[in-house]
Amino acid sequence: MDLISEVAATLSKEYEKVPKKLKIIDVFLLFQLLTALVQVCYVGLVGTFPFNSFLAGFISCVGSFVLTVCLRIQCNFENKDFKDIHPERAFAEYTVGILLLHLVVITFVG
Amino acid sequence: MTGKSGVAISPLVLDSIGVKFSTKQLEILLRIAILSSTCLLAFSVRLFSVLRYESVIHEFDPYFNYRATLVLANKGYYEFWNWFDHESWYPLGRIVGGTVYPGLMWTAANLYWLLQLVTLTASLREVCVLTAPLFAALTAMLGYALGAEIRDRQTGLLAAALLAICPGYISRSVAGSFDNEGVAIFALLLTFYFFIKAVNSGSIAWSVAASLAYFYMASAWGGYVFVINLVPLYVVVMLLSGRFSERLYIAYSVFYIMGMLLAMQIRFIGFQHVQSGEHSMAMVTFALLQVYMLLAWIKARIADPAKFRLVMRLIVAAAGALGMAALGAAVLTGKISPWTGRFYALLDPTFAKEHIPIIASVSEHQPTTWSSFFFDLHMLMLLVPTGVHFCFKRLTDANVFLILYAMCSFYFAGVMVRLMLVTAPAMVLLSSIAISAMLTTYCQQLRAPAAPAAKLVKSGGKSGGSAGNHLEGQREVAAGMTVGIFILLSFFVRHSTWVTAEAYSSPSIVLAAKQSDGSRMLFDDFREAYYWLRHNTPEDAKVMSWWDYGYQISVMANRTILVDNNTWNNTHIATVGRALCSSEEDAYYIMRGLDVDYVLVVFGGLTGFASDDINKFLWMVRIGAGVFPDIREADYLNQGEYRIDKEAPASFLNSLAYKLSFYRFGQIMTEHGKPTGFDRVRNVEIGNKDFELDYMEEAFTSANWIVRVYKVKDLDNRW
Repeated sequence: MDLISEVAATLSKEYEKVPKKLKIIDVFLLFQLLTALVQVCYVGLVGTFPFNSFLAGFISCVGSFVLTVCLRIQCNFENKDFKDIHPERAFAEYTVGILLLHLVVITFVG
Repeated sequence: MTGKSGVAISPLVLDSIGVKFSTKQLEILLRIAILSSTCLLAFSVRLFSVLRYESVIHEFDPYFNYRATLVLANKGYYEFWNWFDHESWYPLGRIVGGTVYPGLMWTAANLYWLLQLVTLTASLREVCVLTAPLFAALTAMLGYALGAEIRDRQTGLLAAALLAICPGYISRSVAGSFDNEGVAIFALLLTFYFFIKAVNSGSIAWSVAASLAYFYMASAWGGYVFVINLVPLYVVVMLLSGRFSERLYIAYSVFYIMGMLLAMQIRFIGFQHVQSGEHSMAMVTFALLQVYMLLAWIKARIADPAKFRLVMRLIVAAAGALGMAALGAAVLTGKISPWTGRFYALLDPTFAKEHIPIIASVSEHQPTTWSSFFFDLHMLMLLVPTGVHFCFKRLTDANVFLILYAMCSFYFAGVMVRLMLVTAPAMVLLSSIAISAMLTTYCQQLRAPAAPAAKLVKSGGKSGGSAGNHLEGQREVAAGMTVGIFILLSFFVRHSTWVTAEAYSSPSIVLAAKQSDGSRMLFDDFREAYYWLRHNTPEDAKVMSWWDYGYQISVMANRTILVDNNTWNNTHIATVGRALCSSEEDAYYIMRGLDVDYVLVVFGGLTGFASDDINKFLWMVRIGAGVFPDIREADYLNQGEYRIDKEAPASFLNSLAYKLSFYRFGQIMTEHGKPTGFDRVRNVEIGNKDFELDYMEEAFTSANWIVRVYKVKDLDNRW
């Protein structure tokens, strides 16, 4: 048990070292996860009809989550892999992805 | 890399016309020349049937695709998307909008509209006939891009050239073969190319492009299931071999989510991405990748391995429990459907023959023979293991993907002949890697200055070309091997051209035979009969035939049909099969029940055409027996043997298919020295020669008796 609390303490200490920009992105990630959770609970209560609407909403949350994580990875200066991708370019691609995702989601919601 | 040997083309020639090119410019020029001639080659080698016969649509399935494209081009997207076809599968009809892969029709219609826009008014039929060769040229370009991405530009050029003429790909993309695969292979390679680019660069844009290409693939062909299973398999293999990187995470996550969402827009696919067992691997891999990424991120934060192990165990246990619970609930409540018959037959090849005879009866679904492999791939088969070796020598993320693609598609090509087409690009890429790697080594050895014999021992670092030891006779071996590779490639070209000309260019709607004086005789019976139907029967006439000819009758005769190649309703096909193998009286009852006006049979006994209905008769019995237990295959066989002469059982000699095929044939003399009624396909004299038809009358027989149409008589006047 105390090992877990030790681990939690280490993690929170490490997390404070994360730069502020990335922390803002992390809050957005948490928001998307919570929205997805709310949708799943709703479906559990009400049922899956119409299925396409549930899928559209759920995938919109999961898709935004995934795209934001990718943005976070690419904007993280500690990452050696992404030296030749500027944060501006990463954000531009992120925008394109989000736009396309929501275009299809709006069509699919029905 | 400007070598000291400089320009390849003699400088004298270029100097004399006053042009000076640098090496780099020459290289670009050469590349452009090679690629454009490859495009032209890919297009022209597929035009044999257009030059020999005419520009006509081949086979059976392309006719349905053509009909659908007609509806799309003439009536627009909305009508096509909501099209309910009441002229096929009478009296059930078919919801075409929801049961078709629209990619091919959409592509052809857009090409047609584009040409109309620039006032190049080609007819829609021409556009449809030439869609496949056009996309073959584009696929060759993709072969170049893939080769360049996986290894280097030389490999790309070679891959483009080989892919342009590879017989395995030509077989389904000749001019006139207006079928899904012509466009689907282009979409397949496009998806793979964008995905590999995404993995190599880690950029979101390439992943989004890959998902859009996957959307195109899913709209074009049912084989998209291969893509959505191969990519997760690749991710799992990368994880297991310790090659995980954040680029892989970005590429797969974005590709899966966007691709899944886009593919669900197609009505035929519907919710299968979340509900079908065939697509579940992709979702499981997605979840696995998220957990892996989380653990990797935590590991970078925790210095102590013991603490990390604890965290890892906690997270893995939690995620595993959650996943198991969700999966278990889904499977138990029946939400996740199991693997369907068509794809299950790929894993267990004996499944279809026992349980689903209609899948087993299609000749394209038979297992591939060894000679088929050689016929379609020729020398590529020999070079594939070498290619795999060179891939392993310089293992990159892209190489791993290629090896996995090649192995999986090779297995599936062995299970079903039709899938040879999917493996052809992989084989081409591996072979081009092999040839390119070998040629690079040998050419370097050839270009290195010849070391004199005395200095051979110490030549270590001096000569620029190949580092390492110089062996005696190295240049000769290199020269010999280069010539050998050249000969191998020429044989491949010769074989491919021959195969294309002889085997894959027949339109199968027009038959040709060589007469004794060498001239060619054409049998145009199919079109003759269909156009007779079109012009001489009432517009609401219903035609019954075996399902093979359904699409062609729909398009060329423009009449309502009972069953066609879509084969979506097995019971309806079994009913038609039952009608054809019952006696005339029983069949009349079934035909009156289905409002049949005309019956069409295909008969090859006069000409020796082997794919006629008598040869397909046993499949009619088997499919009928699968639904109606009172039909037994043994009733139509003589001690297990299928015969049509006097030894055949009475139930066969009195069946409708027999009577309609051999009506009046007993009076025909087909060959000298043989009795009348000698069937030239089965090579026997028929058993039941003199009979009259009670309930039907002969309406039309084509010039060479290949297609015969009969009218179903009305009921007798009752008094």
